[in-house]
Amino acid sequence: MSQDFRLEKIGLINRNKKISFKFNGKKYFGYEGDTLASALIANGIHLVGRSFKYHRPRGFFGAGVDEPYAIVQLYRNNETEPNVRATEQELFEGLEAKSVNCWPSVNFDIGAINNFLNIFFPAGFYYKTFMWPKSFWYKIYEPFIRKAAGFGAASPNHDKEIYEHKYEYCDVLITGSGPSGLASAYAAAKNGAKVILAEDKPRFGGSLLTDDVNIGNQSGKDWAKNIISELKEMPNVIIKNRAQVFGYYDHNMLVMSERISDHLPKTNKYKPKQKLWYIRAKEVIISSGSIERPIVFGNNDTPGVVLSSAAKEYLKVYGVLVGKKPLIFTNNDSAYETAIEFKKNGINSIVLDSRKNPNSEIINDAKNLGIDIKFSHVVVSANGYKKVKSAEISKISDDKEELGKVESILCDCICVSGFWTPTIHLASQSGNKTQFNSKIDAFIPGKSKQNETTVGSANGLFSLEETLKDSFDAGYRLSKKITNKDDKLKVPQVSEKKSSKHDKFWCVPLPKGRNYKRFLDFQNDVTVSDVELAIREGYRSIEHVKRYTTLGMATDQGKTSNLNGLQLVSNIENKIVPSVGHTTFRPPYTPVSIGAIVGREVGKHSKPTRKSPMHFWHEKHNAVFVDAGIWLRPRYYKQGNENLFEASKREAANVRKNVGVCDVTTLGKIDIKGPDAAEFLNRVYTNAWLKLPVGKARYGVMLREDGIVMDDGTTTRISENHYHMTTTTAQAANVLSHLEYYLQFVWPDLNVNVVSTTEQWAGAAIAGPKSRELMQKLFPNLDCSNQALPFMGYTESNLFGVPARIFRISFSGELAYEVNVESNNGNYMWEKIIEIGKEFKIQPYGTEALSTLRIEMGHVAGSELDGRTIPYDNGLEGLLSKKKDFIGKRSLTKQAFVATNRQRVVGVVPLDRKTGIPEGSHLVKNVNEKKPNPKLGHISASCWSVEYDNPFSLAILKDGKNMIGQKLFAVSPLKNISIPVEIVSSHYVDPKGERVRS
Amino acid sequence: MLHIKCPHCGLRSQNEFSYGGDGTIKRPELNKEISDQDWNNFVYNRKSPRGKHVELWQHISGCRQWIKVQRDTVTHEIFQTADVKQDIK
Repeated sequence: MSQDFRLEKIGLINRNKKISFKFNGKKYFGYEGDTLASALIANGIHLVGRSFKYHRPRGFFGAGVDEPYAIVQLYRNNETEPNVRATEQELFEGLEAKSVNCWPSVNFDIGAINNFLNIFFPAGFYYKTFMWPKSFWYKIYEPFIRKAAGFGAASPNHDKEIYEHKYEYCDVLITGSGPSGLASAYAAAKNGAKVILAEDKPRFGGSLLTDDVNIGNQSGKDWAKNIISELKEMPNVIIKNRAQVFGYYDHNMLVMSERISDHLPKTNKYKPKQKLWYIRAKEVIISSGSIERPIVFGNNDTPGVVLSSAAKEYLKVYGVLVGKKPLIFTNNDSAYETAIEFKKNGINSIVLDSRKNPNSEIINDAKNLGIDIKFSHVVVSANGYKKVKSAEISKISDDKEELGKVESILCDCICVSGFWTPTIHLASQSGNKTQFNSKIDAFIPGKSKQNETTVGSANGLFSLEETLKDSFDAGYRLSKKITNKDDKLKVPQVSEKKSSKHDKFWCVPLPKGRNYKRFLDFQNDVTVSDVELAIREGYRSIEHVKRYTTLGMATDQGKTSNLNGLQLVSNIENKIVPSVGHTTFRPPYTPVSIGAIVGREVGKHSKPTRKSPMHFWHEKHNAVFVDAGIWLRPRYYKQGNENLFEASKREAANVRKNVGVCDVTTLGKIDIKGPDAAEFLNRVYTNAWLKLPVGKARYGVMLREDGIVMDDGTTTRISENHYHMTTTTAQAANVLSHLEYYLQFVWPDLNVNVVSTTEQWAGAAIAGPKSRELMQKLFPNLDCSNQALPFMGYTESNLFGVPARIFRISFSGELAYEVNVESNNGNYMWEKIIEIGKEFKIQPYGTEALSTLRIEMGHVAGSELDGRTIPYDNGLEGLLSKKKDFIGKRSLTKQAFVATNRQRVVGVVPLDRKTGIPEGSHLVKNVNEKKPNPKLGHISASCWSVEYDNPFSLAILKDGKNMIGQKLFAVSPLKNISIPVEIVSSHYVDPKGERVRS
Repeated sequence: MLHIKCPHCGLRSQNEFSYGGDGTIKRPELNKEISDQDWNNFVYNRKSPRGKHVELWQHISGCRQWIKVQRDTVTHEIFQTADVKQDIK
């Protein structure tokens, strides 16, 4: 198919490389260097989508990031991506895209009926319509809104692409490679600064690619090309195209997203799709340029109405005509460049200029070329449904209030220019209080907040000469501050055409008796009458008007609509624009892929995985693992067809009967040394520590200052001034920080050092009635008798040539030992224990059996020490020293904490001795009570007691102390069950603790 | 993301640090009689000043030292950092 709108000799595309692509299932051709938009326009396609609310036909409006219309669903690598701007998506072989927000097709869209029902879709439609009846919300309103919301559809699949993060530091970051960006980057780089230059588009040069100017003795385009190639050679310069700096954060941290493979047919296996750069810059030069703003007129959303600068860009960069019979509508000089470009390429346009009698070099040039110019003329309305066919035009009075006779004029596109809006987003994000500049009717950055300097048209400078002077100076000045070098470059001579002043005019009045829709915001279908209605209804703040009407929202964030919206509000309110103010500019400037934000931290890389030295043994022996903090721990060791319940029961029963071994490497371990270590522990733990002899361990509980239990564990005195503390797996890091806080900040006079040794030691807990016999065989030279190594005793020995620490401590409630060896000997230790334990019928046990053993013994753990309980609640009040002060002690005298009916840990068994009670169930007195049924407590942990062969749970129960023997109900609304239960002592097995001491 | 100068390690990114609350709070001495009100003030009550504020941070992924940071709560400007044993006026 021929490309009817492609010119032969103009453009920067590669005509030697034809590229085929599909749009809405139909095959087309373009060239390498095209965007999807330019290729479609070259093929005469202007209808790309349907609008958000009214489903009106939508074409192309811009040629870059500001595009409000041309949002498509993209297909690539057998995957789909929503919300892709056709004006930014580069063409690649095999690209497929589809229109969104239309059904059954973009040509015939059922939803377009909304256009005729528009009386039902006024501003605040959602707020007004979906109010009542309440019962409609869930089944009717919400599904409707969900279906209507957004444009494309996200892929339901896992994103297989790679996204990378990179951290970079530089002296000067420059955002945008137009004339101002190139000049400042060049000046700064030549003065020795480390420079990063970021360009959002594939091509460097910005407006120099399309403007008819000369710098030095070459064209602007060639000057840009030469500067870029010189910069690329410099070792102190990083220069990136397809890279959008979208966010300006605190302390001069900026984030840039680089599209690495989006323009390629398929991502290389090891190449990321996008890369997110976190850049800490000493100085930032914002050279983001400006965006042309539209003039508002009737049906100004018709496909074929485009920004005049976009028409010029399609022509000069892509060699593409947006139309062959263009009408150009302007209030300033820049649109004349577009008219002249058309003329140069044999296309006659008609220029309507709202100004009465402007006079400038470029207007004279246009006149001399024979271009038809009508001053004091405006476009009243565009005609045509799926494409502009003609326009209603009229003369306008000097005060811009009265239209003359309206006449029809044939055209196939309308190029509109309402002057320029500086892109101040980054400056504003930095905290810069922007100010309104009445010379250009737009906001520009004010006083810098962070180290940011805005140059060029982003700062409201529209003459190239001034821009270069200012930008060369900024690059030199800011780099000098950092490098202390003084290599100042001469600013090149510029030839450009001087402009005359633009007209403040921005909105064409309605002719008598006509009620055209005049769009302010094209992406969200916000019209002039919507904003007028919002203000009539009492919305005053521009932030409220925005949210009520959706003006300036969605993926383009009002890049082309915000300022006209402000003009309208200030006109109606009879205020000046600066007192209305603009809405807040928040990052990101353009939409960023979620994948890019997440980077590589997905799946198993979302957090580190820690494995014990015995991990591979566990793996080899059918361990099923569970996440414990960031550790992987064996939950159970599967034998045959066992499930979790059967395996954990077997493992726990074997501990009670014979002997078991559990990997306890993950427990937090902290080495504590120093002459004041005993005093420190005495302050940190609630019980007494000064008299703990060397070679003994003690159980301790530590509180937060508010009296809540923070953690528990045993600490052993290894030698006079050396202790070994253990913490729970989950709290290890917090406890270390807690200890460091008190040692460094609160009691710096204490001479104590703490360091984490969690990873230095591998630990195995050997538990069960036969554990002593096993220990004796593992350590033949050690006296393992109860007299020589009693409960809570500690000794050191040698495990077949490997030094070992031996603690007689127990979490299972059985006679038990814990052996620690250096991590690299962990597996050796484990295999020895298993090998020698065989004759005692040893079995490894996982965390599930470990829980069972501790629950039926009534040992509290994380599910009871849940950050809401005090020592009494856990039955630990016996560990509170009355003789000394400790962290959190004063809080325990609080009225609520000394109440006699406080919650307390209890045991719970179902009356039928069969039904397991789900963890989290509530305990209530009467299951039939009117709701809300008062909750007396909750089930904190459940197991199947291997001792009694029935279910057993722990609960935190109000007035638990006096509830033993009571009958209650455990209800779980989630599982829709209620179980009659009996409250018993939490010490279900061996309440006197005889086994551990045996 | 803040850029914090650790007095021991130099300028580092915020993600190496963890926040530790108000740095002006002094823990009451041990074994000292203290009224409920004073204790509650120590445990719970914190000012939320607008502007300069001295706070604690810990360089958890660096030297593990707790440090004092004087920061503007509105602008995030950091005026001064110091070893936790030193005072920031």
